[in-house]
Amino acid sequence: MDKTREMVASVVLLAALAGAALWADAAGEPFYVNLASRVAILGLAGVGLNLALGFGGMVSFGHAAFFGLGGYACGIIAWHAGNYEPILTWPFEVEGTDRMPPIWGVAALVCGLAAAAIGALSLRTSGVYFIMITLAFAQMIYWFAISWPAYGGEDGLSIYVRNGFPGLDTYDALSFFGIAFGALLVALAVSGRLLGSRFGAALTMARLNPVRLATAGIDPFPVRLTGFVISAVITGWAGALYADLNGFVSPTMLSWHLSGELIVFVILGGVGRLVGPVAGAAAYVLLETFVGGATERWPLILGLALLGVVLFARGGIMGALAGRARHD
Amino acid sequence: MTLALLVEQILNGVQLGVMLFLTAAGLTLVFGVMGLINLAHGSLFMTGAFVCAWVAGTTGSFWLGLGAGALAAAAAGAVVEMLVLRRLYDRDHLDQVLATFALILVFSEGARWIFGPQPLWLDAPAALSGAVSLPGGAAYPIYRLAIIGAGIGAALLLWALISRTRLGMRIRAGESDREMIGALGVDIRTLYTLVFALGAGLAGFAGAMVGALQSVQVGMGEPVLILAFVVIVIGGIGSVKGAFVGALLVGVVDTMGRVLLPMGFSNFMPPSEASGVGAALASMLIYVLMAGVLVWRPQGLFPAHG
Repeated sequence: MDKTREMVASVVLLAALAGAALWADAAGEPFYVNLASRVAILGLAGVGLNLALGFGGMVSFGHAAFFGLGGYACGIIAWHAGNYEPILTWPFEVEGTDRMPPIWGVAALVCGLAAAAIGALSLRTSGVYFIMITLAFAQMIYWFAISWPAYGGEDGLSIYVRNGFPGLDTYDALSFFGIAFGALLVALAVSGRLLGSRFGAALTMARLNPVRLATAGIDPFPVRLTGFVISAVITGWAGALYADLNGFVSPTMLSWHLSGELIVFVILGGVGRLVGPVAGAAAYVLLETFVGGATERWPLILGLALLGVVLFARGGIMGALAGRARHD
Repeated sequence: MTLALLVEQILNGVQLGVMLFLTAAGLTLVFGVMGLINLAHGSLFMTGAFVCAWVAGTTGSFWLGLGAGALAAAAAGAVVEMLVLRRLYDRDHLDQVLATFALILVFSEGARWIFGPQPLWLDAPAALSGAVSLPGGAAYPIYRLAIIGAGIGAALLLWALISRTRLGMRIRAGESDREMIGALGVDIRTLYTLVFALGAGLAGFAGAMVGALQSVQVGMGEPVLILAFVVIVIGGIGSVKGAFVGALLVGVVDTMGRVLLPMGFSNFMPPSEASGVGAALASMLIYVLMAGVLVWRPQGLFPAHG
């Protein structure tokens, strides 16, 4: 594959997203700025999934679990801050907060721990078992969120005051986009750096030929598990941002439709392309907004379009922009 | 807990179990023979329920509806197999997941378009309405007992088909070596379509039966699909026997958990909290069961290939 062409396509794509947000803000259209934030956040979630799915070959059909856990971490902490109720009273008192950075820290921690537990069980298997098991664990968390009454249950939880970020007015649509876009750039930089490292090479090899990796003296299991955890942490970060964008968390964020949509972003954009999920998320959000605005039958159109992509246009958007990936 | 309640809940669990088996059997057969993971299996379940409710509503006969539902699901399965899924057998699971996810969107939106956004209702046939009394004094609906009977009957027929007929022999041969039976002159493409239609028909039959217990609406297949996944992961993917054992296990554990856990917690908690905590934990119980089985036997209880 053509590395320079992919690089140029990636930079142009990210610049176009930032440019669209700036243009919409200048035109006084906060709706479109928020749309750009949505693309950045869903793209971020996809970048997380891509690390496991595209580079590590772990087809997780349960990443909505981490997206939703990140969202609930944000919602629950903000709820406690808003009601002046401590989260924990024993063994020591923990207060809620309405600052984004500590919230992100908690979201990352929660998702990392959940992914370590889910991954440790699921990675005992592979192939189709792995797909079904990650789906089942995500459903478990989904049903728990629905039937646990303390934080809204089925109705979800509102975040009445958007959480703050030092030095920025988060209610300003463009500032919020700046935060989301910054997060996306950080995640892309971290993923890129990671994949270029020794660990990235081991992760790729765990996908291509685990036996050979083991022969080289590296056990594939911890490599995969680490990749899965990092992937979940990035997706959870996106979930926390998404909760702030909407001012609302509900079990929908945990539903398996969302897991499916995250996979759609990755594949629509191009599997194993760093910026692919952003392209996929952008295409999805644009379709949803404009086709969904024109006809309520839009899921039908989306379904047929996806079928077309799977059957006839493999390689996705980045494949079309930057040339087909080498077969590996 | 009284004996009557216990018997009633066990029967409910078995009824859920046989319905899950009918859905999971198709899923596990399709995976075993064609190596395909089919997320759209729940949509075929839904198709069966919708067609049954519509035909029964138009003609007034539940039995016509039941037959039509199963046949329509089998036909829809055959069409989808020939148009789309046939191209996916040699692809990796990721492409199969995405394509069948797309099929769910098409089926759900299609059903909403054809049958309208309102749920349909289906009444149990008059011959099976009413209740019988159980040991312990409780009354139990005959229709649910009939579902258990029909499910077990279908399971026996499926067993006879697979282990006693020529078609079943070919299905088993397809599971162990698909290139070889193609080389021996069996038309493998038709066999695949038949297997898929058989699985789809079973799911449609289950959907049609369940349609009289709940409202028939878009999305009704999805919870069933995910439970069926849990069932075949527990039973061992590709094993019909595993699907049967797994389905009964999941059905009974899920039903009993929802009754027993809130009761158990109410012994040392205020009742309002106990019902919340109990319900939340009960909804996770079958997934904990699945995780336990995986730790013990990563390939499921009855691994299909060795």
